[in-house]
Amino acid sequence: MIEIFLKNYGVLFGGTVTTVMLSGLAIAIGMVLGLALAFGLISQRSPLRFACGLYRSFWRGTPILVQLLIVFYLLPQIGLPLSPFIAAVIALSLNTAAFQAEIYRAGLMEIPRGEIEAARMLGIRKWTIRRRILIPQMFRLVLPPLINETIIIIKNSSLVSIIAVTELMRRSQQIASATFQPLETYLIAGAIYLAINLALAQAGRRVEAGLAVSGARA
Amino acid sequence: MIGIDTDMIARYGPLLLAGLATTIRICAVASAIAVAAGLVVALLLLARSAVVRAAARLYVEVMRGTPILVILFLLYYGGPHFGLVLDAEPVGILGLGFYGAAYFAEIFRAGFLSIPKGQIEAARMVGLPQAHIVRRIQVPQMLGLVVPPSVNQVIILVKESAVLSIITVGELTMNATRMANETFAVVEPFLAVALLYWLLIELIARSGRWMEQWARHA
Repeated sequence: MIEIFLKNYGVLFGGTVTTVMLSGLAIAIGMVLGLALAFGLISQRSPLRFACGLYRSFWRGTPILVQLLIVFYLLPQIGLPLSPFIAAVIALSLNTAAFQAEIYRAGLMEIPRGEIEAARMLGIRKWTIRRRILIPQMFRLVLPPLINETIIIIKNSSLVSIIAVTELMRRSQQIASATFQPLETYLIAGAIYLAINLALAQAGRRVEAGLAVSGARA
Repeated sequence: MIGIDTDMIARYGPLLLAGLATTIRICAVASAIAVAAGLVVALLLLARSAVVRAAARLYVEVMRGTPILVILFLLYYGGPHFGLVLDAEPVGILGLGFYGAAYFAEIFRAGFLSIPKGQIEAARMVGLPQAHIVRRIQVPQMLGLVVPPSVNQVIILVKESAVLSIITVGELTMNATRMANETFAVVEPFLAVALLYWLLIELIARSGRWMEQWARHA
């Protein structure tokens, strides 16, 4: 096992960087889309609410592997040829947007209505209320589920290996078939994923503790 | 606009439905394993011995921090190296089951902790045997708290089962991929398969809500 690691650590490191980049991009894009969706889900306009609900239902109700295949094979059909990496980022982003929207919606519900009413009374505009009052407070509340979602996306990013994105899982498959030592290779891959996710969970707990000290509600 | 070839769907309908049946069968067995093993791990997480607790915690953290694909590859391709030679389907069922067990363990642990300690102490004082305490006092009270996240976990398991197609289990996603390869079409197979998963998951979610009602009255 150590031998495989020493011989291939450069390739494994490259794969890990791709995995982290892919997941990071998906989480960031998913955050923007998810926030928009969350406000859509609590909107007063029922057609908008319905459309956002439908989006959420589809992306939460089908396997991410199927979604990945749909994005990868369908978008070129409608004239959008994509590199595997871009297709992977799109599929993961659209998926996590639906899950993040639900996290943000729950967070927004936790903010006392009186604050919004008071802000409206003072004549603060809708977008300013969202940007300065709702969103900052909401992020403090949703940090634990958001970390959880990030861990899920890192794990799910291993599936993009089937469309030949050379992230950690794909690199491990290549090493396994070159060395004929799948057990050792996948144990290494598993350990790397585990290390990333445990580090993330730990960092999440730290930030949470830091926020709790300054937060009045916690 | 994308045209839908209804003829093709009619021709491949039986293949897709057979895949759906396999998916349902696999998920049913895997869920049963996950619930049973999860209950055992939950009890180990609350065991008196610190060593047992630490071992159970290690199991949960490793499973939750590693992608299911890595676990499946370890069992399927790495298994023969430690004498575990199984077909793809049993590997898939065992992988999904023991992966899910880690998540169920956390759900059950939270359930056990929700029961006031006084009740258990009282039951012990009265001389009830341990098995009796678990079956007649703890489990019935846990249900209300445990059923909703458990249904959620089963839904996650169904979506994860799509990954089994990568290790060549002939379930729904695998059959859709076969249909795509044979017909060179991508719209029909992947949209059909997404729809089937969606229906299956909607069905589980609905029966879950019904079970929640039942658990509350039980």
